[in-house]
Amino acid sequence: MPDLASPAFRAALALDLLGVDPGLGGLVIRARQGPVRAALLERLDRLPLPRHRLHPQVTDEALYGGLDLAATLAAGRMVQEQGLLSEPSALVMAMAERCSSGLTARLAGCLDEGRGHVLIALDEGADAEEACPEALIDRVAFQVELSQVSPLALDFGEERDLDAARARLDAMPVTVDLHRQVTELAAAFGIASLRAPLFTLRAARALAALWECEADAEVVQAACALTLSHRATQVPGAPEEEPAEEPPPEPSEGSDGGAKDNEMLELPQELLIEAVQALLPPDLMARIRSRTLRGGHGSGAGAARKGNRRGRPLPSRPGRPGSGVRVDLVATLRTAAPWQRLRAQQAPGREGLHIRASDIRVKRFEDKSDRLLVFLVDASGSAALARLAEAKGAIELLLGEAYARRDHVSLVAFRGTGAEVLLPPTRSLVQTKRRLAELPGGGGTPLAAGLQAAMGEAMAARRRGMAPTICLLTDGRANIALDGSANRAQAAEDARRVGRAARLAGAEALVLDCGIRAEPGLKALAAAMDAPYLALPRADARRLSRAVGAALGD
Amino acid sequence: MKAPFPFSAIVGQDEMKDALILTAIDPSIGGVLVFGDRGTGKSTAVRALAALLPPIRGVKGCPVNSARVEDVPDWAGLETKEVVEMPTPVVDLPLGVTEDRVTGALDIEAALTRGEKRFEPGLLARANRGYLYIDEVNLLEDHVVDLLLDVAASGENLVEREGLSVRHPARFVLVGSGNPEEGELRPQLLDRFGLSVEVSSPRELGPRIEVLKRRDAYDRDHAAFMLRWQAEDAAIRERILAGRRALTELETAPGTIEDIARLCLALGADGLRGELTLLKAARAYAAWRDDTAVVRTHVRAVAQVALRHRLRRDPLDEAGSGTRVQRIVEDVLA
Repeated sequence: MPDLASPAFRAALALDLLGVDPGLGGLVIRARQGPVRAALLERLDRLPLPRHRLHPQVTDEALYGGLDLAATLAAGRMVQEQGLLSEPSALVMAMAERCSSGLTARLAGCLDEGRGHVLIALDEGADAEEACPEALIDRVAFQVELSQVSPLALDFGEERDLDAARARLDAMPVTVDLHRQVTELAAAFGIASLRAPLFTLRAARALAALWECEADAEVVQAACALTLSHRATQVPGAPEEEPAEEPPPEPSEGSDGGAKDNEMLELPQELLIEAVQALLPPDLMARIRSRTLRGGHGSGAGAARKGNRRGRPLPSRPGRPGSGVRVDLVATLRTAAPWQRLRAQQAPGREGLHIRASDIRVKRFEDKSDRLLVFLVDASGSAALARLAEAKGAIELLLGEAYARRDHVSLVAFRGTGAEVLLPPTRSLVQTKRRLAELPGGGGTPLAAGLQAAMGEAMAARRRGMAPTICLLTDGRANIALDGSANRAQAAEDARRVGRAARLAGAEALVLDCGIRAEPGLKALAAAMDAPYLALPRADARRLSRAVGAALGD
Repeated sequence: MKAPFPFSAIVGQDEMKDALILTAIDPSIGGVLVFGDRGTGKSTAVRALAALLPPIRGVKGCPVNSARVEDVPDWAGLETKEVVEMPTPVVDLPLGVTEDRVTGALDIEAALTRGEKRFEPGLLARANRGYLYIDEVNLLEDHVVDLLLDVAASGENLVEREGLSVRHPARFVLVGSGNPEEGELRPQLLDRFGLSVEVSSPRELGPRIEVLKRRDAYDRDHAAFMLRWQAEDAAIRERILAGRRALTELETAPGTIEDIARLCLALGADGLRGELTLLKAARAYAAWRDDTAVVRTHVRAVAQVALRHRLRRDPLDEAGSGTRVQRIVEDVLA
C-alpha cells in the first residue's frame, strides 16, 4: 500500500481523485505559502477544469457575473461580465480562514448544487482558532495539513492517467458492502455529518478507478483514511461507546437490488479503524476542543471579522467629497443616470457621462460597537459551590438579554493553579450553557493568572473592534501566585500588578465581591484597576445580572 | 442541472417534512424555522420541496408572479396577457446579500445605457406567492433581517429610493435554517416564523445507512432513482392539493379553540400570534390527514412545532423549550 502517512502524497492523491470525480467537492490544504504548497498547486494543471483564483473579499459580481460597469461606461453600451461560478471550474481560494460567512454560504450553495465545481481552499490560519469555515470543510472530501512537510523531501508519488481513470469510473465493480461499513465507521469516529461517509464511498470508487483495481480492502482503507481521519471527534473504543451493537434490520431495498449484498465480502472493521486511526492527528483532543469553541464566532466569520461590523448602512445623502467622507459612487451614478439623455441634448459636444455636483452622494453608516463582557469567574474551592452557581445564572441571564444590546459574552475561569478560557466571545446561548454546565469547581485562587487571561481576551476583542469589559466575580482571597506557588502575599501582589497592567492597557473592568464579608484586598484591586467595586453578598443570579447591567449603564 | 433530491426519498426527519407540508397546504401559517446541525438534510428538504410543490398559475414573465393580468404592476412593462402554469417559486436569499438585491432598486444598466428610469425587482418580488429560503438565517445581517420582518408583516414591498416609488406584493413563506451553536435569532424574527422544528442527524445506524444508500443511488444512477421516487412525490403532491381543498370545508370541533387558548395561556406565549398559528397549523394538519373536523388530537400533534419558539426564554431552564411545551400540553390537554 502506498505511503498514506506522507501528507504530501495524500494531498497529491486527493487532487488526482478530484480530477477523477469532481463530485468529491474539493480539498482544504492547511499550510502557509511556501514551496511545498506551490509545488502542489502546480499539480492542479492535471485537473480537467479551468482554474480560477478567489480571495475572501470577492464580490457577488465577480462570482455570478453581472454588469461590467467600467466597460459599460467606456463603450456606452451594456457589457456583461462572466462570473467565476458560471462554468464548472477549480476554485482556488487563498486565505480561506478569512472567508466571510456570506462567501461561505455562496460557495456552500454552489458545491451543494453539484455543478462540477471543485474548491481548493488554502487555509493559512496561524493557530487552531483560525481556520477554514466548518461549513466548507464539511462539504469537501479532503483535508491535508502540509505545514510540517519539508520541501526537500517532497514526493507526490507517480502521475497516473486521470482521463483514463475518469472513463473507468462508472464501470468500477464494488466488491464490498460499503454502505454499511462506511456508516458504521463514521459513527465509530463520532462523525455526525452524513456527508462524510458519502465522500468515503465516492473516494473509494474514484481510487479504484485511479489505481485500476477492484474496490478491495486496500482501496477502502485508503478512502477511509483520506476522508474520515480529519473529521474524527472521538477515538473508537473510548469508554462511552457500545461497539458491538446489532445493526437494525435493513430497510427494504430500492433500485439497486439487495441480492448482490450476499455475495459481497465483509472487510474486518478493525482494519478500517486502524487505517483511519493511523492518520489521526496526535493532538486530536485539543483540536476537537478548539473546533467546538470556534463555532462561537459564527460560521467562519472568525478572524475575518476584523474591525467593527460596518453597522447598518444608512441611505447615502447629497454631500461634497472631501474631509473624510466617502463618495458613494454607485449612488452618485444612479442619481446622474436618469438625466444622461437630457444633459447630453443640452451639451451636444460633450462625450461621456454628464455628472453634476448635485449628483454626488456620500456614504453614511450607523456604526455601533459590539460590546463584549468577559466574565472572569472564580471557580476555586472557597467560591465554588454557591458563588459559581449564581455566577452561571447571572451570565445566562445577561446573555439571554444580550441580543437587544448587541452584547457578546466570553467566559474565563480560574481555579487550581491556572486560568482557562472556557468560552471565546459568543452570542450563542446554547454554547454558553454547555460550557457553564461543564465548569468544575475547586482548588486554589490564582487571581492574577485569571486576570491575565481575561486581559488577553479583552485585548484580542478590542483588536476585532469590540468594546470589552472585564467582569470579575470572586470572593477575593488570592492565594496562588503567577508562578503557581501557594504564596498568599505574593499572590495578592501579583494580582495587583496584573490589575495595574490592565488599567494601563485601558481595559474596562468591574469587580463584584461575592464573599459573605467584603474583602478589603478586592477593593484595593478594584482601585488599582480603576474599576467600580460592588459588594454583593448572597446575591442571586437576577440581582447579579441587574447589578452588572446598572454598572455598565443601561 | 440535475433535478433535486426527491422529497419523499428523504429518510426520517418527519417533523421537518410535516412542517413544510403544512405550510404548503396553508401558506398563511407563516413559514418554518429549521434549526439543527450540519449535514442533516435541511437544505436538501427545502430544495426538494421546490420540486414537489404543485405548480401555480401566473402571468407569463411577470416579475412578481401575479395570478391575474390586472395584478401585474405597471412598472413591469409587460406586453403579454398569457397565463401559464409555472413552478412555485423557491428563492434563495444568501447571506451577505445587499439591501438592493433584496428589495430591488433602480436598474442601473437601463439607466446608464438607455437613460431609462426603471425598477429592477429584487428577491422579494421573485419570491411572491412562493417560498423564500434563508440558509444560516441566524447569521443574517441585522438590517436585512429588519427589512424582511417589515415585508413579511405587511405582505408588501415598498421601495422608496433614487427617485423611485414602487410598491409590489411580496407574500411568501419564509423558510429559515441555521445552527443554534453559531448564534441566536432575535426573538422578533423567531416569532415571525409560524412553525419551528429541530433536526439532528439520525443516531441509529439503520437510517444512516439508508440515507447513504439513497444518496449514493441518486448520485450514481440518477434517472432510475428519480423514476423510483416519482410516484411517491406525486402522491404527496396530490395529498397537498386535496388538503388545500379540504381546508375550506373543515369544521372546528367545539372546544378546540378553547383548548388552544388555554394552552397558550398556560405557556405564557407572547402575543396572539401563537394562538392563531396553532389553530391554522391544526387545521392544516387535519386537512392533511383528511379528517372532517379539527379536534384536540390535531392541536396536540402540532403544538410543539407551533409554539416551541414562542416561549419567553428562560435562560435558567435546563430543559429545551420543546420539552416544556410537551409537558404543558400533557397537563392542559390531559
